[in-house]
Amino acid sequence: MKRESFKRGLRDGVPIALGYFAVSFTFGMMAVSGGLSIWQAVLISLTNLTSAGQFAGLDIILAAGSYWEMALTQLIINLRYCLMSFSLSQKLERNTALSHRCFVSFGITDEIFGISASQEGRVSPYYNYGAMCVAIPGWTLGTLAGAISGNLLPDFLVSALSVAIYGMFLAIIIPPAKTNRAVAGVVLGAMTVSSLFAVAPVLRNVSSGFVIIITTLLVAGIAAYISPIKEEQEEGYHES
Amino acid sequence: MSHNIYVYILVMAGVTYLIRMLPMALVKKEITSPYIKSFLYYVPYACLAAMTFPAILSATDSTVSATIGFVVAMIAAYKEKSLLTVALLACSAVFIAERLLPLLPGLM
Repeated sequence: MKRESFKRGLRDGVPIALGYFAVSFTFGMMAVSGGLSIWQAVLISLTNLTSAGQFAGLDIILAAGSYWEMALTQLIINLRYCLMSFSLSQKLERNTALSHRCFVSFGITDEIFGISASQEGRVSPYYNYGAMCVAIPGWTLGTLAGAISGNLLPDFLVSALSVAIYGMFLAIIIPPAKTNRAVAGVVLGAMTVSSLFAVAPVLRNVSSGFVIIITTLLVAGIAAYISPIKEEQEEGYHES
Repeated sequence: MSHNIYVYILVMAGVTYLIRMLPMALVKKEITSPYIKSFLYYVPYACLAAMTFPAILSATDSTVSATIGFVVAMIAAYKEKSLLTVALLACSAVFIAERLLPLLPGLM
């Protein structure tokens, strides 16, 4: 069972690792061109494992901002992980040991959370470990490759690879939306609200990390009020 | 630079890890409130949808190729293709679109 979960995690982690490679490649290039060493760029990716937070953090390092500013920025941009962690705490197999919870936590990224949330029923920590075993090297090695090679990867490849992550997100959220009208409403609602933040005056100035937090709280909050889930839905995210 | 780069990295990594770890480590009890349960059930969909759109439209070199990638990904996801298939189809669509679009005058 453990081995099976681990293998499934490995398999589902492959597209994540590919998408990560492209994104972290760009991070590596930017970090080194900003004056960081290759080792420092790789260390950031290995210890942070987050895209938006790292790009924002790099800006602060290069601008010699204060440590407080760094902490606050990371808190705001990555606050969505808090929601995901909370959600995943209910999704993990019951009686999962604290040590497992601490290890699984390190690998809570948008994508790994996405695939573990889409598993039917409870999820084993070994599923997450499987995904982490390919996603973390993908993220770290992408940074290394980007830092070393600068512009080795032609622009058009980087451009094409950068939609990989979004394609995966859609593959996670669209199938359940076909059969569950409430989920369809949540997906559509969240896309609408975040689009509003992208174009509307004043709202446009809200940072992307905040947009995700506000949209998630708002849309999931309203959906839970309008359409509370029934008992049998709790065990699986795929059920209609 | 008066700041130590390794302190920056420590602060970044520390804050990010605590955000991820604390809810998971502290919330062990089964949540019984139907509202909170429903809320948590909807969180991933709201969160992933908000991150995907409209961000996907500015992910590539041009909005046109990104839109094509988005449409292709939506169709593939609707047909319940696997994660990897949807991702690769979206990448291929963008790749092909960016090769073909310059041939069409007025679009790019």
